[in-house]
Amino acid sequence: MTPVPARKHAATEDVISRVLRVGVTASLILISAGTLLSFLQGGGYGGEHAEVARLTGARGAFPRNAAWLFGGLLHADGQAVIVLGLILLIATPVVRVAVSAAAFARQRDRAYVAITLVVLALLGVSLVLGKVG
Amino acid sequence: MTPLGFTLIVLGISYAAGLLGSLVGVGGGIIVVPALTLLLGVSIQKAIAASIISVIATSSGAAASYVSERITNMRLGMVLEVATVSGALTGAYLAAVVSGRWLFMTFALVLFYTVWTMLRPKGHRVEPAPDRLADRLGLHGSFFDRSLGQQVDYRVSKTKLGFAVSYVAGVASGLLGIGGGVLKVPVMNLAMGIPIKVCTATSNFMIGVTAATSAAVYLIRGEVLPFVAAPVAVGVLLGARTGARVMGGLHSGVIRVIFVVVLAVSAAQMLMKGLR
Repeated sequence: MTPVPARKHAATEDVISRVLRVGVTASLILISAGTLLSFLQGGGYGGEHAEVARLTGARGAFPRNAAWLFGGLLHADGQAVIVLGLILLIATPVVRVAVSAAAFARQRDRAYVAITLVVLALLGVSLVLGKVG
Repeated sequence: MTPLGFTLIVLGISYAAGLLGSLVGVGGGIIVVPALTLLLGVSIQKAIAASIISVIATSSGAAASYVSERITNMRLGMVLEVATVSGALTGAYLAAVVSGRWLFMTFALVLFYTVWTMLRPKGHRVEPAPDRLADRLGLHGSFFDRSLGQQVDYRVSKTKLGFAVSYVAGVASGLLGIGGGVLKVPVMNLAMGIPIKVCTATSNFMIGVTAATSAAVYLIRGEVLPFVAAPVAVGVLLGARTGARVMGGLHSGVIRVIFVVVLAVSAAQMLMKGLR
């Protein structure tokens, strides 16, 4: 039994905990399912030696545009399902920050609303930096 | 090696990394990156990208428990997160301009440092000096210590130092695909005067969003290969969960020794790869 200290944002902790747990579990299910699909479909995963070299290749980036992702998901492509799981996993802590920002806003804690919004803004920068870098 | 063989080997190595890591209190990334590069010949950039994905999964999973048990100091986490996330952006940017040889050498350095922190005698926690910034931000906290069976109040000190160290930990995380807890936790505990359980919980809380920042950069850059990242993420998470369950039932002294040896050998090999 964990005693719950009487605090204003007691519920926020439970919401955050649930967001993290559900996000991680759901994304891991997608990543596992996508891997299984990739092997069943054979495409790329079914081959021999040369395939591993290609799949782990240092050269060349993995396709990462939205068109590839949506196209792949429409065909239930294994690798597209994995990427969807990866995106969900990355989004999980971001949602956690957004939930905290909302909680601080409800408590009218201006300093902490500002701090959490700065973190969210930096996360936005990471998306731009990925495109540029 | 067939793709299936590769996937199963990576799954096994990652599971072992997550298990060992959680038993001795470090993340899996610090073992996964050397294993992928030294044993399986994956390029260091792709290994780092796969590792940072697994770091989000394990830290968020652990953070979920710590937050619901009210051990995490969320206000402190939010403040230091500004520094770790800025650091992660710097690190992920640096990773694109730095050559593989420098990544190997920097990684070796962090591995040697980790070995040293595990071998050195436990430092003494200084009595926290008054810190006006911590007062103003309302960082002081309390938590229920189950081993003591009572509520423990604590005061936070040296917030600025913690902020600076968090930035450095963020750079290491974004650059090397590790969580960076090994850099933050000793400073939070010994210099800032925070109880070790709160340090671990709050560090984990920050690592999720820190790793997500650089993972987003790596994903958009196309460095995250689903073929490598998928078994790493699943393996490390399952290993860490097993570790959390069996903890206490094992003699941790022997595990620590094995772990230190594995890290020291990996550090030497990564240093050699960088110098060659």
